[in-house]
Amino acid sequence: MRDVAVIGVGLNEKWGEIWEKSLRDLYTEAALNAIDDAGVDHIDSMYVGCMTSGMFVSQEHLGSLMSDYLGQNPVPATRVESACASGGVAFRQGYLEVASGASDIVLVGGVEKMTDVSGDEATFALSAAADMEYECYQGITFPGLYALVARAHMHRYGTTPLQLAHIAVKNHKNGSMNPVAQYGFEITPQGVLDSVMVADPLHILDCSPITDGAAAAVLCPLDLARKLSKKPPVKVLASAQATSTIALHSRKDMTWFDSTAVAAEKAYKMAGKKPQDLHVVELHDCFTIAEVVVLEALGLVERGKGGTTAESGMTALGGKIPVNTSGGLKSKGHPVGATGVAQIVEVTRQLRGESGPRQVKGARVGLTQNMGGTGGSCVIHILEAA
Amino acid sequence: MVGIVGWGSCIPRNRIKVEEIAKVWGADPNNFKRGLGLEEKSVPSPDQDTITLSVEASKRALRRAGINPLDIGAVYVGSESHPYAVKPTGTVLAEAIGATPEVHSASFEFACKAGTEAMFVCLCEVESGRIKYGLAVGADTSQGAPGDALEYSTAAGAAAFLFGRDRVVAEVNETYAYMTDTPDFWRREYEHYPRHAGRFTGEPSYFKHVLGATRGILEKTKKTPKDFTYVVFHQPNGKFPVNAAKALGFTKEQYETGRLVPKLGNTYSGSSPIGLTAILDVANPGDKILMVSYGSGAGSDAFIFTVTDEIKKVQDKAEKTRTMLDENKRYIDYGTYAKYRGKILKAE
Amino acid sequence: MANPAKYWREIPQRYRLEAGKCQSCGEIYIPPRLVCSKCKSRKFEKIKLSDHGKVLTYTVIRTGPSQFADQTPYAVGVVELDGGGRITSQIVDCEFDQLAIGQRVRVEFRRIQKHGQAGILCYGYKCVPA
Repeated sequence: MRDVAVIGVGLNEKWGEIWEKSLRDLYTEAALNAIDDAGVDHIDSMYVGCMTSGMFVSQEHLGSLMSDYLGQNPVPATRVESACASGGVAFRQGYLEVASGASDIVLVGGVEKMTDVSGDEATFALSAAADMEYECYQGITFPGLYALVARAHMHRYGTTPLQLAHIAVKNHKNGSMNPVAQYGFEITPQGVLDSVMVADPLHILDCSPITDGAAAAVLCPLDLARKLSKKPPVKVLASAQATSTIALHSRKDMTWFDSTAVAAEKAYKMAGKKPQDLHVVELHDCFTIAEVVVLEALGLVERGKGGTTAESGMTALGGKIPVNTSGGLKSKGHPVGATGVAQIVEVTRQLRGESGPRQVKGARVGLTQNMGGTGGSCVIHILEAA
Repeated sequence: MVGIVGWGSCIPRNRIKVEEIAKVWGADPNNFKRGLGLEEKSVPSPDQDTITLSVEASKRALRRAGINPLDIGAVYVGSESHPYAVKPTGTVLAEAIGATPEVHSASFEFACKAGTEAMFVCLCEVESGRIKYGLAVGADTSQGAPGDALEYSTAAGAAAFLFGRDRVVAEVNETYAYMTDTPDFWRREYEHYPRHAGRFTGEPSYFKHVLGATRGILEKTKKTPKDFTYVVFHQPNGKFPVNAAKALGFTKEQYETGRLVPKLGNTYSGSSPIGLTAILDVANPGDKILMVSYGSGAGSDAFIFTVTDEIKKVQDKAEKTRTMLDENKRYIDYGTYAKYRGKILKAE
Repeated sequence: MANPAKYWREIPQRYRLEAGKCQSCGEIYIPPRLVCSKCKSRKFEKIKLSDHGKVLTYTVIRTGPSQFADQTPYAVGVVELDGGGRITSQIVDCEFDQLAIGQRVRVEFRRIQKHGQAGILCYGYKCVPA
């Protein structure tokens, strides 16, 4: 397999409730930004990561739609779905297509348009990432499922709601420096604890929002990168993916994300790196408790101690290992299918030194972790400044 | 010998006091407390209905009967609040208890005596030899129109009885029906709330049929009130069954065990049947029980039971009615009650 | 959502807690599966789960889907039934401050969902304090 590089990345100008833009507008914009950033004059293949355009905007066949709107017919285009990991898995597919030698220049984009339906309908669509017949039928919601994880983690390890609040505060602090962020403003720990309770013990400010947005990246073989692009190439050191049970109740240990742990082990091995070698991490903080458990599963903190990471400053911008410098899903927003690709965008920019006030000094190795549902799927990439 | 082989009831936890309802409508609670002998009534939670109450009551009956549900040949539920107008309550009940597919079912309706009609039919089917066991349920989550007198008493509950020939705990000695066309209380198709004819529901309706059925069965069996340990009448309020007892010559000792209405309310098709379960929960071998139901429209079903030695073996096998009535109660206010009972107009 | 066939298919599990037990390694699945995740065997025994169990974790949903609006706030948990088998289930008839990991519960038949004024009624299991 060939070495692969990311040579272009792009987002929309802003993520949030973008009333004037449709799903096709959002994807096209981000994709054009990535293509311009790469400076390529053609692509060989493209991917569209999207959880459920069908339930949100009643549109399927996104491969045809987006290749058409991007003016790329007859290039092959593939829709990828893995709930909230759709973007990350799409990126992995794009990576594999280049690594295998099947294509040279591949565009990977992720998109979700979530505000064309009511809040209730959006919540229902999102719940399709869980077990519809044996979890959702009973009345559990997504915040509810993560609340079950939080309660179990708190019971076993003594994690507190205040510790969770610090994670949201840290992510908002980073997001306040990100012009694209949906909620780019700072919040306080007490503000989190005072915000309305969604599912005990998770407050509304523990939860990522409903967002419209897209993100895109352009991949090519590493040895073509300098020829094609003026930007410093970012090498994909590792790409790993794993699954776990669809239902939370099927797992022996409900305080753990096995798919993250398995994918992480594979990724570290493939990259020849250890957790302490990472300089920056973008992980899937759909809820504050998710960041707690993911950090443990990535081996960045001892099992059970994930709650201490934001409170101690370990994961702050100037800390031992900056996590979610983009603002994370919490502050930046979570257009489901776009998130995984947006994580690649953030880490790529960090490794190129383009992150301005959010720059992690001397960042050379970064990791992205994107997961679907309550961890039913997970995809991890490790990138290195080439 | 044919009779009851298992019984069980289900009463929801929620209660609303008469004072709470009276407060909203500006009424004098004493009209209902002293005048009608009502104190509080049961209210089903939003996730409880005639089907769910029937299932829990039937599971208790099965625990006492100790039979294989696949041996049940008929499942009949009598109610005036069947969740479906078309699709028998018994289809879901039979599926839930594992009695399907070789089983008959139908929904029965005869106002408050739909449950005892179901009991009569199950008894006959077992007697005929066509079925081995029959499950008869009287269950309701009845509704009273807001501000109407009935709102103070309409309650929720279920009683289930398995009829059979083996290990009978209460033998059926005799039955009697007394029925006429009397329009005292009715509900037209597609109407949400029933209507009633005020004071006409008393003497020419309740009393005529309850007394008629009681006198009829006593005459048929050549018995007198003194022959019975227990009597339970249909109980739309606390006063009617007491007045019926007085008129017929029954004593407080005989009717008090089965008279649950002051704390339960009127559970309609569950009314006298749940009263019967409270009696069976404490009865002794040899006790004779008279049950007389009443359903508006109108009619009464009378049953005479003799308790057997088998009863002591099974009384404690499931939760008792009095326990469900007295313990673990949760009082709610009128707003919560109106929300639970769907009395608040919402945008669809 | 309002599809009767999709609801009807799960009735044995929702009404009677019918499950599958792997004949090779004893792992229990509700709903039953075609292949055992643990040992890959394809031979299963049909069993019924116990109607008593304990709470492994719980939460109180305070912002719920509109179809559960009349019951919000409501508690939901993961319950492990005696003898094996785990379900996600609402916990009702229980004050929220009584909810606890390790709490004993029993299964009751309740109405789970209603499909509008004219659609089908959907039943299933909920847990109450034992």
